[in-house]
Parts: sequence; structure tokens; C-alpha cells
Amino acid sequence: MNRFILAALALCSSCAVAQTASDGIAQYRAMLADGNPAELWEARGEALWKLPRGPKSASLERCDLGRGAGVVKGVFVELPRYFADTGRVQDLESRLVTCMQDLQGFNAAEIVKTPFGKGEQVSLEGLVAWISSESSGMKFSLPQTHPQEKDMYEAGKRVFYFRGGPYDFACASCHGQEGKRIRLQDLPDLTTQKGAGAGFGAWPAYRVSSGELWSMQRRLSDCYRQQRFPYPGFTSDVTIALSVYLGVTARGAESIAPALKR
Amino acid sequence: MADPMRIRAQAKDGVTDVRVLMAHPMETGFRKDASGKTIPPHFINDVKATSNGKTVLTAKWGQAVSQNPFLQFRFRGAKAGDKVAVTWTDNIGETRTDEATIS
Repeated sequence: MNRFILAALALCSSCAVAQTASDGIAQYRAMLADGNPAELWEARGEALWKLPRGPKSASLERCDLGRGAGVVKGVFVELPRYFADTGRVQDLESRLVTCMQDLQGFNAAEIVKTPFGKGEQVSLEGLVAWISSESSGMKFSLPQTHPQEKDMYEAGKRVFYFRGGPYDFACASCHGQEGKRIRLQDLPDLTTQKGAGAGFGAWPAYRVSSGELWSMQRRLSDCYRQQRFPYPGFTSDVTIALSVYLGVTARGAESIAPALKR
Repeated sequence: MADPMRIRAQAKDGVTDVRVLMAHPMETGFRKDASGKTIPPHFINDVKATSNGKTVLTAKWGQAVSQNPFLQFRFRGAKAGDKVAVTWTDNIGETRTDEATIS
């Protein structure tokens, strides 16, 4: 009998720590953060960056991610940005696809059509994990000097508030107010610097529930799926515009990518 | 060929703290794929850690362990500069050994 009371007490001491569900999730993340499996993707990504691959049998080491050919450190917190050679604003994923086509000879259209988690999309998971980890702890400062970057910010803001689909949903329906949640998951208010920093600043991330590493592109695609919108398309302008809006809003926030998600 | 493990080992006051991250699908054999076919079981069932020629940990694992498992353990009798090696073997006979230097 005594043993049961003791067991009940032991259980209660742990519930005192986790008072609400979100505290419990935070505690769970803290426990797992030490061994974030995203590190496995980082290791793969670093190897892939240096490995000669594709029809041209070239590595990605000459890829320009915004700070000159081959520079990886610090590029993640400045993306998406305008690239003069392609004449468009690109995020990390779309820029990597450009490099894979130009340097390695892969077919960009093929990669864009490949479903997440298959073929060259798997290579991209590793690459985004490693490249984002090289800017971990740095502060977001997306450039807003080129007119196209400003246009993408404005477009992203409109997209964020655009309501549609069978549920008459917008991003702002869930992410436009403080203190909202889906099931037990707290939702950041992405219209504030703090919220955008917590939301935008945490992707790419390893998702424990599926054992997958998700890039921002995959995150946004899944947001659209949850909203019952049509699939926006990998590296589509609409997803890049949203990233520009969120990234500019998050200016000054620290990047913790690749993070860990439930 | 399986992906490498990430091993970090730190010695403090005679106790070595080892943290290992393994890349493994850890399929239970109970899941089905999109076409309804059972995904065959594929999981680590044996883990062994050695240091200075001595076995410091052996473990029997099963399907209940998560995908990409994380293992942390402590042992006595090693110092900074020594090596610790971890080996896993799975149910289809694949195996992988990685080594790290204790800091």
C-alpha cells in the first residue's frame, strides 16, 4: 500500500513541473535537444556539398548562396534574397536547386517535381540542415534593398492575410494573434518580431513524430495542406514571398536551425 | 552502408559521459506502406560499447526504440585522450562501428 502512495507521489512531482501541455512539450524538447538527430542530416549535407555528383560530376563548393561562391557561413540568416544571375528572389532551397542545375547538371524541373522525401529531395534535406547549422546563433537580417525584395515582402504579407479555400482560411487565422494553439501546440504570432523569430527561426527542423528533416519549403507546403489550399509547388514564388515576409519580420531574432520539433 | 554515428564523450572526475546518435530507420515490422504492403522489420538488436579493450556497455534493443536513436551512458575507468567505440548490429545483419576520442 505504501508503495502505491510513493508511486503516486513520484508521479505528482513530475506533473508539478509540467503544469500545462505546452510546458510539457517544452520539457520534452529540452530532453531531446541534446541528441537532436538533425545532426545526422548535417553530417550528410556537409559530405554532399563536397561530393562531386550529377551529370557534370561537380561538387557544390562553388555555389553562390549570396555571400560569394562557396561561402556557407552566415548565408542562411540572409535568405531569401535577390540573385542577379537568375534575376529573382530565391530562398535556400530554390538557390540550391539552381546550383545543382548549373554546377552539377541536374534537371531543376525534375527536382521541383520530386515529392518530399524522395530522390534528390533527400539530398536537399541534408544540405539545408548543414547550411542552416553553419549560421546557428546568428541573427536574421534579410536584405531589403533590391526592389524585387521589397515586392516579395509586400506580396508575402498579402499572401499571409489572404483567406481562401474550403475553410476560408489564411495564415493569419492561426498565426495572427497571441495565445492561439492547434490541439496542444502553441502557435507563434508570426506578425510580431518575437513570434516570427520563434516560427521562421526554427526551420529547418527534425520532426520526431515522422523522423524526417523538414525544410521551410516543406513546412509551408504542409501549412497549405492543413489549410486545404492547393499545393503551392516546391520553390514557388508564393512560398518564397511568405519566407521573405516572415524573415524580414523576424529581423534580429536568433536562428536556432536546425531545430527539433515534436 | 549505414550512415556514421555521432559520438561525443567527455571525462569528468573519473566518469566518462558518452552520447551517441545513430542513424537507423528502426522499422517495427508492423507498419504498412502507401500500397498496403507490410514494411519488413529492420531494427538494431545489439549495441556494444568498448573502451581500452574492455566492454563498458552491452544492450539488447527491440522495435520499441525510436527511429534515429539517441543513447547516453556513463562509465568509469577512462580518461581524456582514450577512445570509446560503439557498435550496433541489426536484425538483418548490418553492422556499424564508430569511434570517438574522449575529451
